[in-house]
Amino acid sequence: MGLSGFAFGVTAAGEGMTVAQACALSLLVFTGASQFALVGALGAGGGVLTAAAGALFLGVRNAFYGLRLSQVLEPPRWVRPFAAQLTIDETAAVALAQPDRRAARIGFTVTGVSLYVLWNLGTLLGALGADALGDPQAYGLDAAGPAVFLALLWPRLREGGTERATALGAVVVAVAGLSLLPAGVPVLVAALAAPLALLVERRRAR
Amino acid sequence: MTAWIAIGVTAVGCYAVKLLGLSLPAARLEHPLVRRLAALVPLALLAALTAVQTFGAEWPVAATRAAGLAAAAVALLLRAPFLVVIGAAVATTAGLRLLTG
Repeated sequence: MGLSGFAFGVTAAGEGMTVAQACALSLLVFTGASQFALVGALGAGGGVLTAAAGALFLGVRNAFYGLRLSQVLEPPRWVRPFAAQLTIDETAAVALAQPDRRAARIGFTVTGVSLYVLWNLGTLLGALGADALGDPQAYGLDAAGPAVFLALLWPRLREGGTERATALGAVVVAVAGLSLLPAGVPVLVAALAAPLALLVERRRAR
Repeated sequence: MTAWIAIGVTAVGCYAVKLLGLSLPAARLEHPLVRRLAALVPLALLAALTAVQTFGAEWPVAATRAAGLAAAAVALLLRAPFLVVIGAAVATTAGLRLLTG
């Protein structure tokens, strides 16, 4: 994760973010996919709202982790604002895999704090490094963003036909929208592939 | 400046979503259909982002990125670790650009 923070720093710099902006994103947003999506959309010339909307939709899954985690961890009220910032894919996976509350709390805290430190250090180093290199395209760094997204969605494609149909539908809509819609909008429209695939799945189940 | 506004909106929004999940009574969002949709929407967004960030450029740039993405897919098929996957994409894209100048 420290190293993927590095990948984010490099990508953010490649998309035209300053070092301060890349670091602010990692400190404040701290959820990888949303950060990559935001810098990608801004780099492609997307508007503030469309870019932020894509990042927010990707962040919604953290709310579902939070629901499960609040039952497992039962955090005291004053801890919640801190625990919230650390609620991400990795901490949820670790905490929910523990046998009891004590182990879950320890797992969540240790994973969360160490990832937060590594992710932010990685971002700083990546952004500084990419800034020193110059033209990111000469080093193929603009290929890092798409590769990160592919790596994130890859395990989901093995889950079933509805997952694969959703991904395929989203790709078709997004590519078709590239030349028709303003930057950033095709990704949002492509999200409709999810309810559509679900509708087809339900029809078939009947 | 626009970038800072986008960063601010995203930071506030993403934090609010995280806090909401931890604070809501669980029954609210536990409907199976809602959970299924919540799992599928990020998948659709990731797939769309992959496509848009690969093909949303002029021809030679997009073509070399697509080659990099293909290299990443091969690395994923071989169960390579995350960083090797990204490295394969970057190296392939950079190598092709060097060769085709």
